[in-house]
This record gives sequence, C-alpha cells and structure tokens, in this order.
Amino acid sequence: MSDTHEHSVSFVRTESIAERDPPYAASGPVKWMRDNLFATPANSVLTLVSLYFIYLILTATLPWILNGLWNTSSLAECRQVLDGAVGACFSVLTERWNQLLFGFQYPNELYWRPTLALVLFFVAAAPVLFFDLPRKLLIFTALYPFIAYYLIWGGALAVPFVALGGCIAGGFIYQRFVAGSFALGFFGGVVAALVFWYVGGMLIPENANGTAMMTAVPSRDLGGFMLNMMLGVTCVSLSIPLGIALALGRQSSMPLIKWICVVFIEFIRGVPLITLLFVASVMLAYFFPPESQVDLFLRVVIMITMFSAAYIAEVIRGGLAALPKGQYEAADSLGLDYPQAMRLIILPQALKISIPGIVNVAVGLFKDTTLVSVISMFDLVGMIRGPILASTEWNGVYWELLGFAALLFFVVCYGISQYSQWLERRLATDHR
Amino acid sequence: MKKSVLLGALTIAGLSAGAAAASTLEDVKARGTLNCGVVTGLVGFGAPDANGEWVGFDVSVCRAVAAAVLGDANAVEFVPTTGKTRFTALASGEIDMLARNTTWTFSRDVDLKFTFVGVNYYDGQGFLVPKALGVSSAKELDGATVCIQTGTTTELNLADFFRSNNISYEPVPVETNAEGQQQYLAGACDVYTTDASGLAATRAAFENPSDHVLLPEIISKEPLGPLVRHGDDEWSDVVRWTLNALITAEELGVTSANVASLAAEPNPETPEINRLLGTEGNLGEMLGLDADWAQRAIASQGNYGEIFAKNIGEETPIGLARGLNAQWTNGGLIYSPPFR
Repeated sequence: MSDTHEHSVSFVRTESIAERDPPYAASGPVKWMRDNLFATPANSVLTLVSLYFIYLILTATLPWILNGLWNTSSLAECRQVLDGAVGACFSVLTERWNQLLFGFQYPNELYWRPTLALVLFFVAAAPVLFFDLPRKLLIFTALYPFIAYYLIWGGALAVPFVALGGCIAGGFIYQRFVAGSFALGFFGGVVAALVFWYVGGMLIPENANGTAMMTAVPSRDLGGFMLNMMLGVTCVSLSIPLGIALALGRQSSMPLIKWICVVFIEFIRGVPLITLLFVASVMLAYFFPPESQVDLFLRVVIMITMFSAAYIAEVIRGGLAALPKGQYEAADSLGLDYPQAMRLIILPQALKISIPGIVNVAVGLFKDTTLVSVISMFDLVGMIRGPILASTEWNGVYWELLGFAALLFFVVCYGISQYSQWLERRLATDHR
Repeated sequence: MKKSVLLGALTIAGLSAGAAAASTLEDVKARGTLNCGVVTGLVGFGAPDANGEWVGFDVSVCRAVAAAVLGDANAVEFVPTTGKTRFTALASGEIDMLARNTTWTFSRDVDLKFTFVGVNYYDGQGFLVPKALGVSSAKELDGATVCIQTGTTTELNLADFFRSNNISYEPVPVETNAEGQQQYLAGACDVYTTDASGLAATRAAFENPSDHVLLPEIISKEPLGPLVRHGDDEWSDVVRWTLNALITAEELGVTSANVASLAAEPNPETPEINRLLGTEGNLGEMLGLDADWAQRAIASQGNYGEIFAKNIGEETPIGLARGLNAQWTNGGLIYSPPFR
C-alpha cells in the first residue's frame, strides 16, 4: 500500500535464522549458579560462607576417612601404623563386623539363618509395600513370621507349626461365627487360638529343642543390628493393626470400649519408653515364678508395641477426624454395617491421610529400639557401648563405631522415608 | 524360646507365685549351668572377646565357681547387667551370683539383703591429670575443674575430700566413663576422677598415656567383690570359699601349672596344700562338693595372682600394680581365712 512497504519487500528472508544457543550467561551451569547461588548479594554471601564451612568439614574429615586403616588388630596397632598422622581406625569394624551385625553370642556357623530371614523379609514385605505385585504373594507374607521365627531361633519345627495352627484355628472360628455376631467371632477366634496353642505347647516334648534339626538359639544370644531390625520390624507390624483398633475403639459409642482405649492410650503415652522397658526387664521378673520366665525378647516386643501403638492410634484418629462427616453418612446410606463401612469407606481414606504420621512414628520407633541397650540387651549400640569399647584392643575408638551405627540407621530410616513419599505420590487422588 | 514354657508361664502366672525354691546349690547342679551376673563391658574386668567368649577379672570368679561346682569352667550362663539392673536380677533369682565390680557397702549388704562373700579387688577413688598441669598431689588442685560421673558415690567422696582440705573445685558432670574420657581429652576439665582401676584403664586407651599421671591420693574405699542373695548360706559358702581357694592358692604357691602334679603326688610336708586340693581331709564334702573342687577352680582359672596378671596386671595394657591387692604376706590386703 505504501512506499515503505514496497522498499522493504525488496529484501525478504525466505528461510528462518538457524537456532542459536542462548547467551552463555543465560543458560547451563552459569545461569543455574546465578539463579540459585548468587541471585542477590545476601545470597552470594551465604553461599560463600556455606562453601567455607563445607571446605572446613571436608578438610577435617576426608583425610581422616581416606587415611583410615582397615586391617590392624587393635587400636594401639592403628596408632603405631599411623604414627601421628591423621586417620581413622576402621579395623574395629572389620574385626568386629559379625558382632556388630549379629551380636557376640549368635553362633558363627549359623549366620546364614538370620541373613536368609532378612532376604526373605524383603520378599515378604514386597507385596505389602507395592500393591501392584500379584496378590497371591501375600500368602508368603502371612507365612513369613513363622518361617523367620524358625530361621532365627531354630529349635523344634513343631513350635512354629503349632503357632501357625493356632492362628489358622482362630481365623477359621472367626470366619465361621463373624457373620452372626462380630463379638462372638472375634472372641471365639481368640479362645480357639489360645486353646490350640496351649494344647499344642503341651504336646511338644520338653527336649524337642535338643534334638532339633536346626540348632536352637535362645533369645539372649540375639544381638547387634539384627536385634534392632527384628524389634523394629516386629513392633511396627504389630503396632499398626493394634493402633487402628485403638483409634477405632476410642471413637466407639460403647463407653466401656471407649474408656478402655482412652485410658490405655493416655497412660502409655504419658510414660517414657525407657520406663516401660525397665518394667519389662526388671519388674516382670518379680511377677512370674522364677522357673518359668517369659522370654525377654517377647517382653520387650510387647512393651515397645504397646508404646508405638498408642502413638499410631492418635495419628490414625487424626486421619479419622479429618474425614468429612458425609463419608460416614454415605457409608450408612449404602446400607453397610460397621465393619464394612470402616473397611471399604472410612479406613482407606483415613489411613491415606495418616501415612506421614505413621511413617514418622515408625522411624522414631526404629531408632528407639536402641534403648534396649540400657536393659543389657546387646543391640547395635549396646554392642558398641558394652563389649567392643570395653575390650582392651578397642577401648577408645568412638567416632568410627558410632559413625558406622549412624550410617546403618540412616540408610534404613531414609529408605523408609523415601518409600512413604513414593506411597503418598502413588495414592494422591485429590486434585491439587 | 520355648512356646510351651512361654504359654505355660502366661497361664499360670496369675495363679501361683511359684513353689519355694530349693537351695541354690541344688538348683545349679540340676540345671547344669551357673547363671552369673556380669558387667555389660568394663575393660579388664569383664567383656566378651572377638570370639564372643567372656573374659576378665570378675568373669574368672564366675568360671572358677562353675568349675568347682559343675566341673566345667564353661558351664556358665553369663547374664550381662547394668548398674541399674544388677540388684534386681540377683534378688529376683534370675542370676545365682553377681560378680560385677560392685562395692561392698553397709546398705547393700543390710538393706538390699545381699551377702558379699569377700573382696576380690580393693579399689579407691583416684585422680587423673595431664602431666602438663604440673601437679603432684591432689591437695594442689585448688580451683580445678573436675569431670565427675553424676549420681555415684564418687561425687560425694569428691565433695568431702575438697571440703576437708579446704580447697575449691568446679565440677563438670558427665554421665558415663566414655563421656568422661572424651571430655577430659577435649580439655573440658583439668582432672578426671573415678575409681583408680577405671582411671588406669582409661589412661591405657589414650594415644599418649605417658602425658597423663595418676595422683597418689586415693580418697575412698571401694572394696569390690562377688555377692549372692541373703538367706542361702550353703551357697554363699560355696562362692566364698571358691574365692578363698584362689587366694590361698597364690599364698601357698599353687598355680594352674603345678596344681595337677601337686594333687597327683601329695607332699606330706604341706598339709594345707593337701587340704586345699582335697588330697587330705574332707573339706569338699563339708561344702556339699566333691574333693577336687578347688583343684578344678585353680586348674581352669589359675590362682588369684595369675587371674590378676592375666586380666589387669602390669603386663596387660591396663597395667594395674598389685598395690593394696597384693597378698597380706607382701603388704597387701588380700587375705584368706585358713583352710582347716
């Protein structure tokens, strides 16, 4: 239309300009550093200060770690070899490796048994943790406690079979009568299991452990990180169902059940775990006749389970309280009875909300298992504080041992935490 | 863990308080093992070695008793106890005897109803200072900072000592020996005080032990010894005289090396050795044991001096001198009543 237009038409680019990289300062690591590390003067100062501290820490620790010795036989020898140079004495870890993992009393030739139990644990836990796996695997999970018991403690094969039989008998009675009345089914199941165990227990000959194919290992001989893992796994898996029951009981409209649950939760939460452990190890011995003591491991499991169940109950109660009332009413209007409503509508939502809280309790509980060292059980920390630091060879090695313990616990706890985050993402059905 | 025992216990626990226990000696013989309470770990006095075998000065007493009663020094079920659980474990019958560097005091003997059968180590509270501090006596410690384990008798002893010498100090409370060791090395306190044997063991673990000295003052009496429950005198006699047998063996020159030959060919000119080893008289029978009881105890563990030298003596890293724990014939306090 105009002259200018005609002039400009004389030079028209027909092809597009080749793409060019963004300017050096606006891409790649430089841009990242400018955005994240040196965005403002204050930011830059903080970055430099942090770098300085990281440098300080690394210069102090790296030579110590890299210069570490792994093959000496005592602290004195370490010092002799290092001859004044900075260096860790990791030899204590190699020399006492088995003691740190299994305790000092577990028979050496039987280490494969707890190791196998640990491997099988991952198999058994997989279908519970990752529900995309085939559901049939849950059968193995149900059998796992008995297999693990047999592997770790050994002894008569009849013992885990009687225990399993009792569970099956209880489950059978429960299935049979639960349709009529929940209470009848539940208590009938419990009584059936107890009767089965009692009768079965009497049928096992007294000397069965002596002649068993798998050498029996008494609970007192368990120790090391194995003990922490066993306590942690057992107590977490027992306390979640117990916690759910307590949380539901606390919301029950039946005053007796409600008050039993309230008193239990409030009492247990009001008492330090270490007190409960002392009760388990010291006081219970007074209540039982001397010749028939309940196994110390079992006593500790009961106490820790009660403790964490009280906390988990409160976490789940939070999840239940967060559900809108409409959910309960919807369940009622569908004609579901109480167990169905809970199982199909309420708990799946409440538990999903509670996951971070439950994981929080589980991680705390796992670390609390080290408290058993004060009642002279030799868990990982008990082994370090007692036998290893008290040996003439290794008296005085602190950083290496406690650092190793911290590392083991960190690996497990970080694993649990990562799993829970995955689970939350997987279950995220709300639209944020 | 035996389910039958466990369930049986759960069922009858509420019903019965248990029949009255037979004598401890009978129980131990019937069981075939001795349940002995030990420390969870104290350098030189009791700790499992790399193979999980318990070794140590106090542990040897347990093993000697097991050898005397059961004929097997390994027939011991070691029950590790902490300072807090040790007395209940003994009182409740979980253990038959406690050999765990426990100080013999009036209230423990009388009020807690235990019987201390003797003293196997005379300890006392001492002071550890860096050589650089240039102190040669605890009385020169005016104004010093002192690392001290809280809630122990050492805390009270320390206050008494400084008050009676009219000098001042500043306490730095620590919880455990390990913590005290670290605090002292880190320079948080000028002086570390606890039992002298503990100080020696602590010092032995230092990188440069020669930079630190133990001051000559010992400000308290800490007689450590094995103990049993009140009220079973046959059993306390067994433990007492096993300990005495070890002590007497050293006095008479009976060692683990020569005990077999001395017993095989009794020398009529050494009647006390013969009575000790059961080749003369019937001392074992009086105890309810066989004639060779002391022989087995000495053969398995050695005499008192050998046990001392092997676990905490001057040849070991702990390097304790005999001092008060020398035989009375050498100016020490270790003294056994005669075997007659």
